[in-house]
Amino acid sequence: MDNVSPIVEIRNLSKSYRRGSQTLPVLIDISLDIDKGEFLALMGPSGSGKTTLLNLIAGIDKADSGSIKVSGIEITSLSETELALWRASNVGFIFQFYNLIPVLTAYENVELPLLLSGLTKKERRSHVETALRVVNLTDRMDHRPGQLSGGQQQRVAIARAVVTDPTILVADEPTGDLDRKSAEEILDLMERLVHEMEKTIIMVTHDPRAAKKAHKVKHLDKGILNAYLQTDF
Amino acid sequence: MHIFKLIFRNAFRHKLRTFLTVLGVTIAILAFGLLRTVISAWYAGVEASSATRLVARNAVSLVFPLPLSYKDKIRQIEGVKGVSYGTWFGGIYIDEKNFFANYAMEPKTYLAMYPEIIIPSEQMTAFLRDRKGAVAGRKLVERFGWKIGDIVTLKGTIFPGNWDFVIRGIYRGRDNTVDETAFFFQWDYLNEALKKAGRSWADHAGWYLIEIKDPHIAADVSLRIDKTFKNSLAETLTETEKAFQLSFISMTEAIIIAIKLVSFVIIFIIMAVVANTMAMTARERIGEYAIFKTLGFRGFHIGGLIFGESIIITMIGAVFGIMLTFPVAKIFAHELSAFFPIFNVETKTIYMDLAASFVVAFVAGIFPTWRAANIRIADGLRRIG
Repeated sequence: MDNVSPIVEIRNLSKSYRRGSQTLPVLIDISLDIDKGEFLALMGPSGSGKTTLLNLIAGIDKADSGSIKVSGIEITSLSETELALWRASNVGFIFQFYNLIPVLTAYENVELPLLLSGLTKKERRSHVETALRVVNLTDRMDHRPGQLSGGQQQRVAIARAVVTDPTILVADEPTGDLDRKSAEEILDLMERLVHEMEKTIIMVTHDPRAAKKAHKVKHLDKGILNAYLQTDF
Repeated sequence: MHIFKLIFRNAFRHKLRTFLTVLGVTIAILAFGLLRTVISAWYAGVEASSATRLVARNAVSLVFPLPLSYKDKIRQIEGVKGVSYGTWFGGIYIDEKNFFANYAMEPKTYLAMYPEIIIPSEQMTAFLRDRKGAVAGRKLVERFGWKIGDIVTLKGTIFPGNWDFVIRGIYRGRDNTVDETAFFFQWDYLNEALKKAGRSWADHAGWYLIEIKDPHIAADVSLRIDKTFKNSLAETLTETEKAFQLSFISMTEAIIIAIKLVSFVIIFIIMAVVANTMAMTARERIGEYAIFKTLGFRGFHIGGLIFGESIIITMIGAVFGIMLTFPVAKIFAHELSAFFPIFNVETKTIYMDLAASFVVAFVAGIFPTWRAANIRIADGLRRIG
């Protein structure tokens, strides 16, 4: 991994939340590089700032100070509209609770991000079918989320995350709501995305088994990236 | 997948809530449509009036008559094409609740000025031949089950006594804007009886109906007529038929304003109901809207989803409401024919229904859209799970 240039460059990133008159620091002076094709796990106790860091990298939250460059683009200086457009084509999201739209079928859920892409219906179909094939769910494409198991729903969510061929994939506790077997399948699938499709994944997890699948594990504690506690696999 | 499919599916996600909201909109639009129809019915006489007809009455009040001698003087005034006259009879048929308009008029000249009143020629001939003859509107005849040749007795209120009339004709309107509930008879019959009784109303008319050559000279002709009888014992007040009709409506203006107000209150209430539905919907789906925003959808996309759903729910209710307005208005027309001889749902009313529905849908969507579009994604995502 050392020869690969960083796809995500974070420098002196800080973020705090206001609660009444109090200001609570969540991230303090974070600097981090993530290489292309890397599978990074962020670990730490609850409230350590893992999800906040993930949200900042994914462009769904704004930092107080510092810099985040993804593929050379300084996303902290983008406007809301620019960020929305940037997210649509550069970031794939995998959530703990899958976050599928219940009234849409698996196919339609995966197609959702492509509605913003300007692709034709035929092109969208081709992309969706490819994504569903990657997660091995082509036979369930007409099922609604309520008709799928937790593991299958998460696979649909992964298909939705990769369908636009994004620069990075961010995953927030992707196995947190799954049984052991399903969690294993999802982690294997994520591993495959890294190895076979050279995807960059940043994953927040509490689960040491999930973290073991990552190339690198970074530990956050009280908003500070622990420079001494890093696991490389 | 088309985004409309998603909007449509969202609209029916909570079937009971959607059903109840649609039902509320249906009832509101039905009530709104009926009230607007009542207002239209109130103005039906005004709408049906002709621009080429003037009405001259006693300047003091309609209660006071005008001498019959005015007829020839009016006819000679420049711009006048024809003159006729009539007198309000105000008779009661069996019971006061059976109210209908009844008046005496000079039949040949009067009916010549109302081409919208259609009487079969043989009935017209029979009517003109019989001094006691009367003509009744189609709806009135249906209401009381009268037929040609029946004797109808009216109890006089202004002119005391029981007055017998023979139904010689049944008229119908040229279109549905014509009142088909009136009853009229020969002025001579009334006048002869008044002469015999030595009443002051003998050889007097309640009003003159004047046909003019051109609607544009209505004001000039009116002034000339009134000037002719200035400083006489019975000065005239001449106005267009429309103004004459409006003078009656102005007496009940407060009721019309109240009905208009109630109709808008109904729309306001349903606006609150739909807004509540949309607010509940948006609150429940705030996490989903956050997902949409995460995926790159923007505020206007979210607004489209919410407004689209609001429009679907409201318009379904509006369509049902409009469809129901016609049969219900028909029942109203039948039951209230004594008060509203013309009770038709106008095209204008349908447009108002649709406009009101769009306003309801739009206003109901504003707050939820604003809320959903402005929520921070991270906050929205926290609501899930």
